[in-house]
Amino acid sequence: MLNCRDVSRLISQSMDARLPWRHRLAVRLHLLYCVWCRRYAAQLQFLRRAMQKMAATPEFAEDQKLSSEAKARMRGRLQQALDRSSPPFP
Amino acid sequence: MSDQLSSSCPTQPSRHGPSAGLQPEGWVENYSDELFGFVVGRVRDHATAEDLVQETFLAALKASPDFAGRSSERAWLFGILRKKLADYFRRAGREIAVPDVESPLPEEAGAFYTSGVGKEGWSKLLAPRAWEEPDESLVNKEFWAVLKRCLSRLPGHTAQIFMLREMDGVSTEEICKDVGVSPNNLWVMLHRARLGLRRCLEVHWFRGKGKNE
Repeated sequence: MLNCRDVSRLISQSMDARLPWRHRLAVRLHLLYCVWCRRYAAQLQFLRRAMQKMAATPEFAEDQKLSSEAKARMRGRLQQALDRSSPPFP
Repeated sequence: MSDQLSSSCPTQPSRHGPSAGLQPEGWVENYSDELFGFVVGRVRDHATAEDLVQETFLAALKASPDFAGRSSERAWLFGILRKKLADYFRRAGREIAVPDVESPLPEEAGAFYTSGVGKEGWSKLLAPRAWEEPDESLVNKEFWAVLKRCLSRLPGHTAQIFMLREMDGVSTEEICKDVGVSPNNLWVMLHRARLGLRRCLEVHWFRGKGKNE
């Protein structure tokens, strides 16, 4: 018999790889009578939906932009590298 | 450790100028914000994100004779940034300390009874509560702020690994290879992230929103 600690670990694993059938069956049976693990499984699915929505909506993920100082630094280093890579024509 | 991913990025400076179709002079103007926005949530701090964007531009310049024009300049730069990010994770992977799987994880502390009839069952205090209409949260701006705070509280690089898996949909095999962790260590990190985030959201967002028992 699996306990809740085992089942919570297996639920997490099942989101990354297909479980062996024995474990799948044992988890299903456990979920039939354990409301807490049922909630746990549903909430992990919700987490996945939330993360995917975050990925699809960049402004949710991060609203900070590069500072103009950082951009100036980048332009400078890029220009140096450009000058080195293509010597001026004689 | 072999460096397969970066080997496709030439490190020898080219003797030729950038190839046609590329405008390095406009890169910072046109792409830096977008590249930074992609990477900043995936690493631990702004300075690292800035460094990765900078490294991307310099690597792109060196590799520019190989730019075949098969993809857009933007897609090409993003491809290089992803390789730089993978390199970063591989370096970080060496520092990731993973607790023993057999011992209880820190995120599990108090969540399961350790003795009595309900041994290894959820403890009444920390068992998952009912979340009322969770998907309504996905249109709530405040929810995203809470989720980001919860992500930032995860230990070490757990959040970054979790984001690779859940936001970018990278397979566990690829993450293991890119970050240089064993499959076992990876699933422990993912499990810890899920336990920690679930609990954090429950306490800081869903508490009071659901019916408890």
